[in-house]
Amino acid sequence: MSSSTALVDVARRRTWPDRNLIALVIGILILIPFPLFTGASQDAIAIRVIIVAILGISWNIMSGYGGMFSFGHAAYFGIGAYSCAVMLVNFDIAPWLGMIVGMGLAALFGVFIGYLSFRYKLKGTYFALATFAFAEMLRIIVMSAPALNAGIGYHIPLITDSSWWLMQFPPGSPNYFWLGLILLSACVLISILFIRSRAGQFLIAIREDETAASSLGVPVLRFKLIAIAVSGAIGAVAGVFYTQYYLFIDPDLAFGASRSIEAILAPVVGGVGTIWGPIVGSTVLAPLTDITAAFLRNPPVLLAFLEGRSGLDVMLYAILIIVMILFLPRGIFGTIKEKVSRK
Amino acid sequence: MSANQMDAVDADVFGAPAANDRALLIRRILITIGITALVIVLAYWRTGGSELVVTQAIVTGLLVGGVYSLIALGLTLIFGVLHIINFAQGALVTMGMYATYVISSNLGWNPYLTLVVSIPLLFAFGALVQTLIINRSMGEAHENQLLLTLALGLLIENTLLLVFGGNPLSVRTSTETVYNIFGAVATQSRLIAFFGAAFLAVLLFTMLQRTGVGTAIRAVAANPTGAKLVGINVKRIYMITFALGAACAGAAGTLVVPFVSIQPIAGEVFNITAFVVVVLGGLGKVVGAMFGGLIVGLAEQFGGIFFPDQSNLLGVFIVFILILFLRPQGLFASTS
Repeated sequence: MSSSTALVDVARRRTWPDRNLIALVIGILILIPFPLFTGASQDAIAIRVIIVAILGISWNIMSGYGGMFSFGHAAYFGIGAYSCAVMLVNFDIAPWLGMIVGMGLAALFGVFIGYLSFRYKLKGTYFALATFAFAEMLRIIVMSAPALNAGIGYHIPLITDSSWWLMQFPPGSPNYFWLGLILLSACVLISILFIRSRAGQFLIAIREDETAASSLGVPVLRFKLIAIAVSGAIGAVAGVFYTQYYLFIDPDLAFGASRSIEAILAPVVGGVGTIWGPIVGSTVLAPLTDITAAFLRNPPVLLAFLEGRSGLDVMLYAILIIVMILFLPRGIFGTIKEKVSRK
Repeated sequence: MSANQMDAVDADVFGAPAANDRALLIRRILITIGITALVIVLAYWRTGGSELVVTQAIVTGLLVGGVYSLIALGLTLIFGVLHIINFAQGALVTMGMYATYVISSNLGWNPYLTLVVSIPLLFAFGALVQTLIINRSMGEAHENQLLLTLALGLLIENTLLLVFGGNPLSVRTSTETVYNIFGAVATQSRLIAFFGAAFLAVLLFTMLQRTGVGTAIRAVAANPTGAKLVGINVKRIYMITFALGAACAGAAGTLVVPFVSIQPIAGEVFNITAFVVVVLGGLGKVVGAMFGGLIVGLAEQFGGIFFPDQSNLLGVFIVFILILFLRPQGLFASTS
């Protein structure tokens, strides 16, 4: 990179985060009245968008900004979900505390995997396979641990009224959306601040050229582990919100490989290594499930044999991913951002 | 992606080991056999001296391991030449199963006879995928190719789900003959799967070593630029390699049909074990994949003995993580 573009980068770095913060505030203000105009089914879609977005933000910090490709983000999601469920069901502890514990445990688990992997110099494909293996091990262990309800999973006990403290509201309540919006905004804010911080800038430097960063005195291992910890903690938030919204969690939902894939898809479609990529991606992806389900409930005559079948939504995801990678490898938001900043 | 590590791993792709490495390789194999023997003795002790349980685990493990070897052979071949971990390998196995199911249940063919369809079908599909999709992203970030194969796997699984539904299907076979091997039992279908897989694996290995195309594939794996310079059409070799890898998966899918339930996600377990086998044997190493398959088959069965309350896969993952961390270049790599 020539010195002139480096200067431009510095200038852009000063302005982009501030623009991001302004965009965040505007976005929140626009979205607050959203549930007043929509019905229960749109709310359900919006909440799925939020959950996928939080998970995507989590993945994006570690793998997008940090360049450490994770294929096991279900581990953090699941740790969050199970911390919340176990503490609430067994010990009557509010999900907010469960969330804090879950975030801590997920961060610790991430640091543990990360430390082991970097200690043994796992990179690229090997690192991805290791994260995958750890998430699968968690799934298998929880699956056969009677103390964690094994394969049965947990039902969150229903309460009769509405409670912010217990994160539970009557079905169709707009409060779920607002709770999700609060959590999502907090996660976006954390990711903006983190990337703007010294740790975030070092992380990007390490991703671009680890040897150069290290020779300039950047403690590579420390900043990689910090990024994994932040990423893991955010992943746990997604798990907690999922559990409190659907009021049910089991090992496959929490730790299954499809959860890890979900974490990857939104940032890839939206734009890897951009603040808004995961959100754009999940806004495109998450409603697809509902649209295709509605389509298959009442298919046109030509496709009548598909009535009541499932699988179409994931097929579309897959096709979208293939098309995106081949033709828009920077994702939707990433491509727009690049076009705008080139002018 | 770490170019250095990849290069180190690919140091002697496919080729027979050099003379001075051979002693080292033999030592490694002996050590592996030694550890396996130790595990067997421990399992014997753990079961309270039940010879039958241990023998049964060995027989079942080796028989299933043969199939794992064949699937992993395809995976390692693709990795060695294209440097892509094919996350769709399990889904390709599932495609083989459904091909067999469709032909066998509609035309009444013997399931094993459908190999003549499933192998060419998957070969053609693999060639198509490589030409239309993966070739376009060759040379870009490894993550992109990984995501492409991942998406491809999802696409295959869910197309099958859409067309055939999620209910388990099965192919009717004639009544199973049960054989007795050192006191353990082995069904005819598992024996056929093992020997069929072993035969195809050896066939592929021989093809790689002896034929012109095989030599070209090995040349591209060792040095793509050099291969291009001597006039090898590298893109064509990429296509053939991916097609061969897919064909291995398809053949394995057909071979296991009599004893698995055919579901869109049936390939997932094979996907996971194939990764383990390939890392165990050393990414890109054909012989390693063949040995690795047997070891993983055994690990699965012995995992069941040591952790009876857990899924069989736990043993596989313990082996996987140990290998990833302690010997990421694989058990039989000549360089450390």
